[in-house]
Amino acid sequence: MELILDILSWFFLLGGSFFCVTGGVGLLRFPEFFSRIHAASLTDTLGAGMILVGLMFQAGWGLVLPKLILILLFSLIAGTTASHAMAKAALKSGLQPKVVGNLESDSGGAPSNS
Amino acid sequence: MATALAIVRLNDLFAVVMLAGIYSLLSAAFFVDLNAVDVAFTEASVGAGISTLLMLASLKLVKRHEEKTRYKPLLALGVVTITGALLIFGTLDMPHFGDPDAPAHQHVAPRYIEDSGTEIGVPNIVTSVLASYRGFDTLGETVVIFTAGLGVMALLLVSRRTKEESKKLVPADMRQQIILRVVAKMMLPLILLFALYVQFHGDYGPGGGFQAGVIFAAGIILYTMLFGLGVTQRVFKPELIALLTASGVLIYAGVGVACMLLGGNFLDYSMLSHDPVHGQHLGILLVELGVGITVAAVMITIFHKFTWRTVKHKYDK
Amino acid sequence: MFAVTALAILVVMVLALARAFLGPTLYDRILAVNNFGTKTVLLLAVMGFLSGRPDFLDIAIVYVLINFISVIGILRFFEWSTKEPVEEA
Repeated sequence: MELILDILSWFFLLGGSFFCVTGGVGLLRFPEFFSRIHAASLTDTLGAGMILVGLMFQAGWGLVLPKLILILLFSLIAGTTASHAMAKAALKSGLQPKVVGNLESDSGGAPSNS
Repeated sequence: MATALAIVRLNDLFAVVMLAGIYSLLSAAFFVDLNAVDVAFTEASVGAGISTLLMLASLKLVKRHEEKTRYKPLLALGVVTITGALLIFGTLDMPHFGDPDAPAHQHVAPRYIEDSGTEIGVPNIVTSVLASYRGFDTLGETVVIFTAGLGVMALLLVSRRTKEESKKLVPADMRQQIILRVVAKMMLPLILLFALYVQFHGDYGPGGGFQAGVIFAAGIILYTMLFGLGVTQRVFKPELIALLTASGVLIYAGVGVACMLLGGNFLDYSMLSHDPVHGQHLGILLVELGVGITVAAVMITIFHKFTWRTVKHKYDK
Repeated sequence: MFAVTALAILVVMVLALARAFLGPTLYDRILAVNNFGTKTVLLLAVMGFLSGRPDFLDIAIVYVLINFISVIGILRFFEWSTKEPVEEA
């Protein structure tokens, strides 16, 4: 039983770290802001979720488990909402995503409804 | 150190605020490394959280870039250098940092650590030192926070005419920020509940009055930012908050006076109950409650006063 | 096992800091700081397990909330300072 828990933990922790690192590298290498938000927030949420689940397998049935679940919930909600707010604020202040090719609409790449 | 130097040299005040937040976060990391979890908790929540928010609120009132001083303050520099050198010279006689032979480590710390279990019986020694052994200092800190709130209230007075008009502030168009508002409404009860948890769990884990007050205020500040000042002030009326600011300090000092009336010294909690250890528990509970109330109320007051200033110009004819 | 994860998170924090210094626009920097904050929470949780002290999880919860509220605060600050606000307060 211990061994299964350890293997599961290893899997989740390593997977989570891998996703976090790819997110970080993406943050540096993507060409412009909106694609960076994509990389950072998607891999961030997945990586954080996997790391926290990996930690949950290591915790006993005590107070630590509900706290980890709470961190996971808050992280998911807060992270996604924060990236939504950032993208919206950037759009409102005039930052346009880079598009390749022509578009008929005059507003560049921003969708017509927010 | 690099962040501190950058804070001094930069002219762009917004970058300064951000760097101050990072500096607080790094200090919190140091405290965690030194195994001081309570201090790290307070530093993270106050320094990286509330300070950044309050400084941003005040930045909206002033210009974003620092003006260049028109004279060279050489005399001030000289005075500061001499005073600093004298202070450093004075500390040369003190024992080294972490020296096991220092009087603080020989007498004071062992007494607290060894006797806290039997005399007070609270598992978190930091709370027992803060609230009981050094309760008078903590009363002073609470009064300092209260005075800061008083200062802000006195400097940014809200006149009665504008108070009437603030009641007419209607909530803004909901469609503008709907996702944020829904999420904030969902998270707010959890944030406030967590603040209460930290307040009363301070005896057993990291926590206590200061951190809890700050977390409570941060939740209300989130609500104010997203829903507007008028809506928030219908629930947290300025008069009520002002009353709460004072009542926190009153609770603290009141407990001290009650101990005197029951026959002990000022803030000697053992007198509060039939059993001294019980009395200590009760005293610490009440005192931390007072601290939490004052801290939360003062932070909310400061943020509301700053925010009111930025929208006031709409109502001054 | 935890050490590997902690190391990976530290690497990501350094990368995020680099983006915070480089990022041409302001919003890049805000994104980098938010990411740094999320990684701090993860690092706190992992270090809590590394050193055997579960108290760190309380600090992690606080920091999730503080990070979120700070980013919202920064964004509102910029929304108000670039143009006249479209809504009350």
